[in-house]
Amino acid sequence: MLESFGPVAIFVVVAAIFPILPLVLGSLIAPKKPDRVKLQPYESGMETIGPTHIQFRTRYYLYALIFVIFDVEAIYLFPWAVALDQLGLFGLIEMGIFIAFLLVAFAYAWKKRALEWE
Amino acid sequence: MAELTIDVVRSLVIILALMTGMAYMTWFERRVISRLQVRIGPNKVGWFGLLQPLADAIKLFFKEDVVPSTADRLLYPIAPAIALFAALAAFAVVPLGPTISAGGLEIPLQVADLPVGLLYLLAASSLGVYGLVIGGWSSGSKYSLLGGLRAAAQLVSYELILGLSLVGVVIVSGSLSLGQIVEAQARSVPFILLQPVGFVLFMIAAIAETNRAPFDLPEAETELVAGYHTEYGGMRFAMFFIAEYVNMITVSAVASTIFLGGWWAPFFPGPHWLFIKMLLFLFLYVWLRATLPRLRYDQLMRLSWGVLLPLGLVNIAVTALVVVLLG
Repeated sequence: MLESFGPVAIFVVVAAIFPILPLVLGSLIAPKKPDRVKLQPYESGMETIGPTHIQFRTRYYLYALIFVIFDVEAIYLFPWAVALDQLGLFGLIEMGIFIAFLLVAFAYAWKKRALEWE
Repeated sequence: MAELTIDVVRSLVIILALMTGMAYMTWFERRVISRLQVRIGPNKVGWFGLLQPLADAIKLFFKEDVVPSTADRLLYPIAPAIALFAALAAFAVVPLGPTISAGGLEIPLQVADLPVGLLYLLAASSLGVYGLVIGGWSSGSKYSLLGGLRAAAQLVSYELILGLSLVGVVIVSGSLSLGQIVEAQARSVPFILLQPVGFVLFMIAAIAETNRAPFDLPEAETELVAGYHTEYGGMRFAMFFIAEYVNMITVSAVASTIFLGGWWAPFFPGPHWLFIKMLLFLFLYVWLRATLPRLRYDQLMRLSWGVLLPLGLVNIAVTALVVVLLG
């Protein structure tokens, strides 16, 4: 079973070479004539005002948290789905209870308007 | 030794085919979208404009290599490489055809039929978000940063749906290996008939994962200039671009494999069938881009968390119930 990962490893190495090749080629061929104005970050032609890496809204963080919860759930669902024909009704009920717990958390987040974008 | 040679050659051939396919996908998209907008599209460079992708590639190679003064010296150059690497690596588990024998060698037309193929696919393709977020953050431009943040929130929201939409297929086929999923469809019917809801969820999530219209908010030109790749030019911009198109090709191949039976067909099964099915999905991509306006950000988030997530769970519950009750 493990040996089937060998070809994948080779494929991944080849896949890693391909992005590096054009970068190296590009940096050899491409002209370089930098000046102060050209190197400014784009801001509709104006001088940049203030720092870029400011604090941003916490909404993104809430999405990330809820994502982690449900993604872990999805990972549990896959092996369960493969073995469902052997688990039968027992497995179905067990997974139902598991998802119901998560849905309570989801309903709470929903009620707290954590998932609404204003 | 022969096996190693086969592995290396096959990997090279598949990746070169992906790159060529990606180049001609840009040509295909421009031609089709022109027709849909009552224009002609690129037709001057070569026969029917077929050399246009080559001309574009040469132009991008000779573009000036501009690194903004605010950019992070280490992360800025490698972000596009991460995006392209993830896009290419995901293709490893897609079955292209049956095992063929040539010169006394058995060559399976698939890099590897991993027993956990679907999980590998989801894992590899989700690495791409790092390229987008790192690129957006390291450019040191406000538009890029906003684009990168949007990309992160959008991709995590829809990745969830992508995963859930496939659980139904796994229940029906009883396997995570893409080769066995194709076999299961060859024994019964294409899974689009057994999992219509899963198919629709998968397509919506996949289009959102590839940042294509109508889910192209991370690069919404009307508000964010070009989003996470605003500060990228030349070859580095090209890599983000190539990654996006390779992702589209991978999504089309995976959708064809999982829901339409892949290379299998009632007569003359083989890679050409996969190609024809992929063309359907690639055309769908272009068609959607020409037809649908971009979603607003709150609509995007409500669609994912309020509609698609519950729908995905219901789909799994109904599928599991039917499978268990019918045995």
